Amino acid sequence: MNARFTSIADHALLVTFADEISDNAHDLVLALDKALAANMLDGVTETVPALVNLLVSFDPVVTDHSKVETHVRQCLEAVEIQAVKGTVRQVEVCYEAPFAPDLDAVAAAVGLSTDAVINAHLAAKFDVLMYGFAPGYAYLSGAPEQIHVPRKQTPVRDVPAGSVIIAGAQCLITTLTMPTGWSIIGRSPTRILTGDPKHPFLFDVGDRVTFQRIDLATFERLNRETAHG
Amino acid sequence: MGEAVLSVSFAGPLVTVQDAGRPGHMRYGVPASGPMDRLAFDAAHAALGNAQGVSAIEISLGGLMLHCKEGAVTLAITGGDFVVEHGGQKTSSWTVLSLHKGERLAIRAGTAGSWAYLAFAGRLGSEDWLGSQATHSTSGFGGGAVQTGQSLEISDATIRDDRLGAIPQAEFTATGPIRAVTGPQDHHFEETAVARFLSEAFTVTDAYDRMGMRLKGPLLGLDGALSIPSEPIVRGSVQVSGDGVATVLLADHQTTGGYPKIATVISCDTDRLAQWRAGQPVRFTAVSSAQALADVRRFMVQKAHYLERISVPRGSLEQRLIRENLIHGCAFD
Repeated sequence: MNARFTSIADHALLVTFADEISDNAHDLVLALDKALAANMLDGVTETVPALVNLLVSFDPVVTDHSKVETHVRQCLEAVEIQAVKGTVRQVEVCYEAPFAPDLDAVAAAVGLSTDAVINAHLAAKFDVLMYGFAPGYAYLSGAPEQIHVPRKQTPVRDVPAGSVIIAGAQCLITTLTMPTGWSIIGRSPTRILTGDPKHPFLFDVGDRVTFQRIDLATFERLNRETAHG
Repeated sequence: MGEAVLSVSFAGPLVTVQDAGRPGHMRYGVPASGPMDRLAFDAAHAALGNAQGVSAIEISLGGLMLHCKEGAVTLAITGGDFVVEHGGQKTSSWTVLSLHKGERLAIRAGTAGSWAYLAFAGRLGSEDWLGSQATHSTSGFGGGAVQTGQSLEISDATIRDDRLGAIPQAEFTATGPIRAVTGPQDHHFEETAVARFLSEAFTVTDAYDRMGMRLKGPLLGLDGALSIPSEPIVRGSVQVSGDGVATVLLADHQTTGGYPKIATVISCDTDRLAQWRAGQPVRFTAVSSAQALADVRRFMVQKAHYLERISVPRGSLEQRLIRENLIHGCAFD
């Protein structure tokens, strides 16, 4: 495989597998991430998997770019090129008012009924591609083409935590009250920031996610339970 | 030893609890956070003889005013050139003083610097998130923002007369342009963009917080309407938005993003830059990654020596008088 190595300042190395997003590039990112975790080089402080590349951060006092590059090359030689099988996670989502303010607009935009949009979302299997934007913001990929909508022209402010939002092939469960330009199609009582110190983030990159529909009463009950730990 | 209770009579925006930070969670969207100026933060603890990396308060240009309600504690104030008012005296940051019951302390913006640090000879009680009290400003997770009206509780508070007085400032910090390693997307910019980035002056704008510092200056044109797949961002990444405007990402940076990055500021210079203020001119210079590594390693050695030097207690007033008399009495000094 062709990996490109780029030195980032004094403290990181970026390993890039492709310029365009592809399953193959992401599989390589995850395989390398796993190999580095199993075979940690002294001085490497963390690795950050993204879509087509992986960042390897290191302590510049302990190691350097070329030592890290040599180590990554060795890991890549031994790496098994196959899709990393992550854990399957289920996330509950309530698609009812007042939690789905954009559901009608999405349905209108793609020419489906709201039920058809919900069913397409429920039928999809999502992959956790990477985290970004804010703590616990996991980018899930796999929304079926028939419900792809572009981002809004202007972001909406103060979108509550737990909102299930979509844009293009991507879906995300928000963890903070934040602005977003994505379409809000539901609300989840499932906490991505679990509050469990042993496993503080629900997903690992590479996990597979499906959604399960719940009604408003179930949402209220589950949301109360998670809110009180 | 006891507890000191300090009531916050005023706290400006972006006054937060910070410790050394929480590295290791970028893969979950969590940057390390921690102090914007790590040297000043470490110096405050060293001057008190504290363990490195424990919690202190980061003070923004908005300032902080405290009123000691219970107990007493010795504290250190470092960073920039802030104004410190205590007991009818006006001094500046880089000082150690003791705050007693009934006394007030005010720290406000002075002639230079964007961030000051307030460390205590004692333990600052604060919330923990993922094993760190560093505040992630956008979420408020960690120790959190210091708010007007709240109380700060310092346990195991001590008075350290042997540490009072001015803290010598570091003399080894670079003064030239901000050093940066070009890339990783420098090849996606117009041919002239990298040259302009390295030769023309930028200005710090007031769009500056713990996430990043937006710059005003030459627009850095992309070579075509390029959108790159979202990729990891680090503290120091200089990202350029579609309109050609550069932003230097800092302690609370997003962990991934799709804007191309023209360069990355080396780690010791991100903290130097962080002390600059809106309106101040900024120039960048390119260094190779090998040079960056050498520069940062030298900085870390100098920093360690400096911290060791300022962590030595100066002795009581009496001891200092004796020492100074001896020194002044020596013909060869």
